[in-house]
Amino acid sequence: MEASTVAKLTGSGLDKKTLLRFLHQMLLMRKFEDKAAELYARGKIAGFLHLYNGQEASAVGAISTLAEHDLLTTHYRDHGYAIARGMDLNRCMAELLGKATGVAKGRGGSMHFFDATVGMLGGWAIVAGHMPLAVGLGFASNYLGKGQVVLCIFGDGATNNGYFHEALNMAKLWKVPVVFLCENNLYGMGTAVHRASATTEMVRKAAPYDIPAERVDGMDVLAVREATQRAVDHARRGDGPYFLEVVTYRFRGHSMADPILYRDKAEVEEWKQRDPIVIFRQRLEQEGLLSAQEMERIERETDELVAEAVRFAEESPDPPLTDLYEDIYANP
Amino acid sequence: MVTEVVMPKMGYDMTEGTIVRWRKDEGDEVARGEVIAEVETTKVTVEVEAYTGGVLRKILVPEGQTVPVGQVIAVIADRDEAIPGLDKEPRADKAAREVKKAAPRPQEAAEAVTTAEEEAPRIAASPVARRMAREQGIDLGQITGAGPGGRITKEDIETFLARRPAEGPKPAPTPVAAARAAAPHDIPYEDRELSRIRQTMARRMAESKRVAPHFYVTSDIDMTELLKLRKGLNELVGEGARISVTDMLVKGAAKTLQEFPEVNASFAEGKLRVYRRINIGVAVALDEGLLTPVIADCDKKSLREIAQEAKEVVERARTGRLRPEDFTPGTFTISNLGMFDVEEFVAIINPPEAAILAVGSVAPRPVVVKGEIKVAERMRVTLSADHRVVDGATAARFLQRFKVFLEQPLHLIT
Amino acid sequence: MPMITYREALHQALREEMTRDERVFIFGEDVVAYGGAYGVTSGLVKDFGEKRVMDTPIAEMGIAGAAVGAAMGGLRPVAELMTINFALLASDAIINHAAKVLHMFGGQMSVPAVFRMVGGGGAQLAATHSQSLEPLFAHVPGLKVVLPATPADAKGLLKSAIRDDDPVLFIEHALLYRVKGEVPEGEYLTPLGKSEVKRQGKDVTIVAYSKMTLVALEAADRLSQEGIEAEVVDLRTLRPLDMDPVLASVKKTNRAVTVEEAWRTYGIGAEVASRIQEEAFDYLDAPIARVAGVEVPLPYAKNLEQAAIPDANRVIEAVKQIFSRAAA
Repeated sequence: MEASTVAKLTGSGLDKKTLLRFLHQMLLMRKFEDKAAELYARGKIAGFLHLYNGQEASAVGAISTLAEHDLLTTHYRDHGYAIARGMDLNRCMAELLGKATGVAKGRGGSMHFFDATVGMLGGWAIVAGHMPLAVGLGFASNYLGKGQVVLCIFGDGATNNGYFHEALNMAKLWKVPVVFLCENNLYGMGTAVHRASATTEMVRKAAPYDIPAERVDGMDVLAVREATQRAVDHARRGDGPYFLEVVTYRFRGHSMADPILYRDKAEVEEWKQRDPIVIFRQRLEQEGLLSAQEMERIERETDELVAEAVRFAEESPDPPLTDLYEDIYANP
Repeated sequence: MVTEVVMPKMGYDMTEGTIVRWRKDEGDEVARGEVIAEVETTKVTVEVEAYTGGVLRKILVPEGQTVPVGQVIAVIADRDEAIPGLDKEPRADKAAREVKKAAPRPQEAAEAVTTAEEEAPRIAASPVARRMAREQGIDLGQITGAGPGGRITKEDIETFLARRPAEGPKPAPTPVAAARAAAPHDIPYEDRELSRIRQTMARRMAESKRVAPHFYVTSDIDMTELLKLRKGLNELVGEGARISVTDMLVKGAAKTLQEFPEVNASFAEGKLRVYRRINIGVAVALDEGLLTPVIADCDKKSLREIAQEAKEVVERARTGRLRPEDFTPGTFTISNLGMFDVEEFVAIINPPEAAILAVGSVAPRPVVVKGEIKVAERMRVTLSADHRVVDGATAARFLQRFKVFLEQPLHLIT
Repeated sequence: MPMITYREALHQALREEMTRDERVFIFGEDVVAYGGAYGVTSGLVKDFGEKRVMDTPIAEMGIAGAAVGAAMGGLRPVAELMTINFALLASDAIINHAAKVLHMFGGQMSVPAVFRMVGGGGAQLAATHSQSLEPLFAHVPGLKVVLPATPADAKGLLKSAIRDDDPVLFIEHALLYRVKGEVPEGEYLTPLGKSEVKRQGKDVTIVAYSKMTLVALEAADRLSQEGIEAEVVDLRTLRPLDMDPVLASVKKTNRAVTVEEAWRTYGIGAEVASRIQEEAFDYLDAPIARVAGVEVPLPYAKNLEQAAIPDANRVIEAVKQIFSRAAA
């Protein structure tokens, strides 16, 4: 798959504050992930760590369209979504270190970020497993008249799974307000899309279910935002589910354990030329919306936020052993 | 800023890595995120990136060497920065130490639990039958089980209990026969089953004699004062709480053991195990054999308390109602055959104790007092002691002191 | 007290709970137009509408996942999975998600979903439609697994299950739907996680659940004629497991037999027997016997199928064996 894809041009209509916030968020995500990589290599984070480097525009663009009461369910490469949705950075880092102050009290780890107070309902480790959950959440919103939109984010690998098909079918049947956002980063773990999917254009996979679908350049944060807005509006109007294929690329491996034998270094370098953070920054600079001092401020702030998160996490206590038996039942 | 580059953990089960190639040399500038080395782990090569920028000042692990995850492999700092401790050996990070800790610990040796039951032939009995037998002080060896495979069941125990009072006294055990040459074939004989108690005794006594080097010290004790005191005390306490001679011997022994803790001990695995409690067993002869219920903490109990407890426990022993508490391990034993007119005798130590006191009868005997022959109530006691634990002098001093307590018996009530 | 069928009892429970709480809704395969594969939901759509009683596509994975999502979204779904055999497809959403959401996400929300399904065999439906797979689910912390034996328990337990904030697997038995029993009038709940002595006796404890409880009671009647009085304990809930009445009974009778339709190896009897020997060891007068489904895929032919499912004869035989005395 070539680096240049069908891109949608955007005239954003967004103010400078919002645009700088997008840049801030993407940079924060990048630094958080890099720091997580370092901590993992030092043995402070364990288990599986799936990092989001390169895909920041997708999370920021898409999630910026959600209203406060909307819901988000995602796969396990979830740090970016958590940050975009406004979860507490310190507590996210604490969760990675398995501390009691973590967002899931140290019980979930990297793959299970979850904060009901901001509508981030996970972080799920079973591929495609959260898709019918999103349908159920959308169903509940309709039933109870909550007017929510559920943004369900998954990868290209999930589109070949039984859950994908059952969820899309039910979503359309029941007209649930779910936006199915497929982040196609061209590889399902180590398997390139063309080796796993009979149909390599994810956007076509919604057609059998009569769900309107669009494909977006995932390296362009404003393009992602614009398309997602269309999808969210459609769902909120009561017109049922919408499908987005966001074409993007992950610069790091599938997880920290990935020796990345299945793709070319050259391909990675080519995609790195389209680093969404760099591209967006350059565009802002070109249009006179970002000065050197403002950039420096953003760099400094994001550095500090990440450093503070690490300090908070390292100083936090381990969960007490009694926690092992907590929350097995709501009604013990 | 000085930054240590460690062997990274690139996978949840990676424990060590091999440096395949250094992409940068000492003295090179490195940027944050730049690849500085290639590392091999379980047949896969991964790239190691620098997490800070600076100069690669020192490479600590050469190509081809394998080190644990977390060990420092290089140092990045500013060009002219001082780097403390650079000449020392590469310091293993906490992670490396934790890797070592993860190695499995050797299993602790299982405690050997030897009970009389385990070493004797196996008797099949259901759990509830065993419990009832234990509670009632019934020897399972006396019961034939009617359950599958001869298993003793609850019904068998209940049947036994129902029949017991009606049974006549058991035949007296055959007297201990002196060792003889093997009998010729044509002497008629009958084999009698040994009770469980006797089987256990046979094993333990043989082992005691075989293992512990016994030696014996005898003392002749004037019982005049003690008998006087006993009479006086019994007038005070009344019929129900009578104090016996044995009770006073127990108290005397307890006080003596307090002063000779090395006799209140065992030979255990090459060491002298001195016990912190003084638990004295009193041998009780039953038809089925010898039982030694224990009175615990004799040093802390008064003569009255000892008498009370002894009375109760002996009664329980005689009626087969001994409780598990009565078999608390003892540290010393007293065996009294005085009631059979035995003048003196020598007892076998109750393993793993260090000594046993054999008590003969109290009787009027001639003694020499200031060159004249007089008659006094005398009693001979013989201490058998384990020479691995107690030596002759100690045993002698022990008995000396014991004698003092008995001849000046007010000690027993202070 | 009125005598109603197991099926009617379940129907009443659903009706009452849906009337009481707007958030309760039913969905599953053929629950509406078909009237429910076993007739339990028949007629409900008339009173509650298609918003609250819904047919789904044949998609157990999706149904279970949607139930979990709907429960997280504030509803109280009663998902019908038709049979426990099909629940295997749903087991990912049930075991990986429903059972773990509360704990894994730090106690932020629970999953108050009920998964109704039919378990067991005996209707000649052959191997893939006749299994008793409750041990698989009873193994999982975070789930509750309930199997009522009588109409009274069916109604009371289903009501409790719907009101419970945790995921409950509610497993009915196809051959019990027509069985009639006394059901109290008016509002009542049967607590989850409580076993019940269904018949008192002093000679042997028989522990059973679901249809096997009735089998145990039949065996107990016949044993009584031979002078053996059996105490029958109905587990009702497999997880959390209430051993108190079982232990009290074994301490009285000194003998125990477990009866289940599931396969013996790694089954419910294995767990019950284990706990008895752990906590009432000194009261046992004989080994604990386990009566269970023969360990084969259940065949279609009537005689073979009947031979594979435990009946009163097999229970009686097991009881007599543990009473046996050696030949004189």
